[in-house]
Amino acid sequence: MNLLGDFNLLRPTSLDEAVKALSGEGAQPIAGGTDLLPNLRRGLSKPKLLVDLSALDHCSDIVALPDGTVRIGALVTLEALVDSPLIPEAVKQAALGVAGPTHRAQGTLGGNLCQDTRCVFYNQSDWWREGNGFCLKYQGDKCHVVAKSDRCYATYHGDIAPALMVLEARAEIVGPEGSRRILLAELFREKGDDHLTLSPGEILLAISLPAMKGWNAAYEKARVREAIEFPLAGVAVALKREKGRIAGLRVAITGANSAPLMVPVDELVGQEWGDAVAETLGKQVRKTANVLKSTITGAKYRRRMLLALARKLASQLWIKAA
Amino acid sequence: MKSILSLWVNGRLREDAVDSATLLLDYLRDQLGLTGTKQGCDGGECGACTVLVDDRPRLACITLAHQVAGRRVETIEGLAQNGRLSRLQQAFHEKLGTQCGFCTPGMIMAAEALLRQNPDPTAQEIKTALSGNLCRCTGYVKIVEAVREAVL
Repeated sequence: MNLLGDFNLLRPTSLDEAVKALSGEGAQPIAGGTDLLPNLRRGLSKPKLLVDLSALDHCSDIVALPDGTVRIGALVTLEALVDSPLIPEAVKQAALGVAGPTHRAQGTLGGNLCQDTRCVFYNQSDWWREGNGFCLKYQGDKCHVVAKSDRCYATYHGDIAPALMVLEARAEIVGPEGSRRILLAELFREKGDDHLTLSPGEILLAISLPAMKGWNAAYEKARVREAIEFPLAGVAVALKREKGRIAGLRVAITGANSAPLMVPVDELVGQEWGDAVAETLGKQVRKTANVLKSTITGAKYRRRMLLALARKLASQLWIKAA
Repeated sequence: MKSILSLWVNGRLREDAVDSATLLLDYLRDQLGLTGTKQGCDGGECGACTVLVDDRPRLACITLAHQVAGRRVETIEGLAQNGRLSRLQQAFHEKLGTQCGFCTPGMIMAAEALLRQNPDPTAQEIKTALSGNLCRCTGYVKIVEAVREAVL
C-alpha cells in the first residue's frame, strides 16, 4: 500500500534556500524520515513539496564551545548522539531508547524532537480512519479520545525532549524573520494537532546544552517491549545534591500530554530526599500529567508508571550524588 | 516528478530516472529487480527491508530513493562474491538461522552492518544490533548463533 501521493523533493544546500522552500504552501521538511514517511504512507499528510534538509551545513556535528556549552546540530543522528563523549548520560539513555538501532542510524535529533504527536485513532491506515469518520487531528471534526472536545488530545511520545529539557536545553531556530533562541520547552504547545511553535518556514537548527556542574540526570521509559516502541510513559529527572539537601531538581514527562512538559517541583528544593518529598513529587507529576486513552495500553497503567519512574529516578540520583 | 538518481548499488554506479515519491524499497525491488530486500510490515517496524547505505543499516521502506543519492547502497544480493556465499550467509545456512526465510535478508544486512563496525561482538551486542528485526518464526536463538558462527 503506497499512499505517498505526488510530491516534489528538494534538497537545498543553503539555509536561505531551505527557509524559502519551507515557507511555501504545502511544504514539509524531511531529514531521516523515520517518523514522516510511515505517516505519509498512511495518508496522514499530503505535502506538495518535501524539503530534504540533509545537505545543510553546520547542523550535523556536535561541538563543545569555550564556555562549556555543547551545541548539537539538528541533523546529528541518534546513533551519533549515543556515541559522542560530549553528550550527557541522560540524553544518551533517551536516544538509546528510541526505536531500534537501524532507526537510530537514520533518524536525527531534530526529527526526533519535532516528531508528530500520536494517537490510537490517528496512527492507522486510511481505510481504518475513514471507517471511524476520521478525527479532529486530521480530516475529521471529532476527537475520539475526548468526545465533545474542541481540541485534539494526540500525545507527544518523543524520548529525547524531556531529557534535554531537564538539562535546560535551548533551541536555535531560523526562519524567514531571522533566527531566534528559545528554551526547548517553548518549542512545544499542548495542542495535539498543532504541537510545535514553529511558524511556516522555520527550521530547528540546533540544540545547545549549558554546562550544568554538580547535576546528575537520568531518563527512563515504560514500554511493552525493549525495542522499537514509543514511551507509554517517560520521565527525565535532573538533581543537584549539596550538603544533604536537594539544591536543584528538574523533572520532565513525555508520553502523557500533547507536549513534553516540565513538572513544577521548585517547592522541593532545600529539602532532604525522603518519603514525604517523594510523595509531593508524585503529586506534582499527577497534577501535570493528563494521560488519556490515546494508546492501546490503558491510561491507568501509564499514569502509575509516570509516578513510579519519577520517584525511582529522583531516589537513584539522590543516592548517586551522596 | 521523475529526475535522474545516481547512486552505487552493490558496487555498480547507476543512473536511473526515478520519481520523487519512490521509496528506496520499491526502487530496488520493482525498478532494479533486486527482490532479495523484503517488504514486511511496510512501516519501519520489522526490519525485513534493511539494506546498507555507506556501511550503516537503513530501512528501505521508510527511505525515499532520492534520499540516498550519491551513496553506496548494498542489498543481500551484493554479499555473495563470485557465486560463493559470504561468511555470514554461509553461517545462517549451516546454523539454521533461516526458517521461513522472509526476515533473513534484513537480519543478515543488520548483522553485516554490526560486523563491519564490530568484528567480534558478544551475544548481547548481536541481540542489541538485531533488536529492530522481527522474526515471526521466532527463531532468534539460531539467528544469534549464526552471527556468532560467522565471527568464530
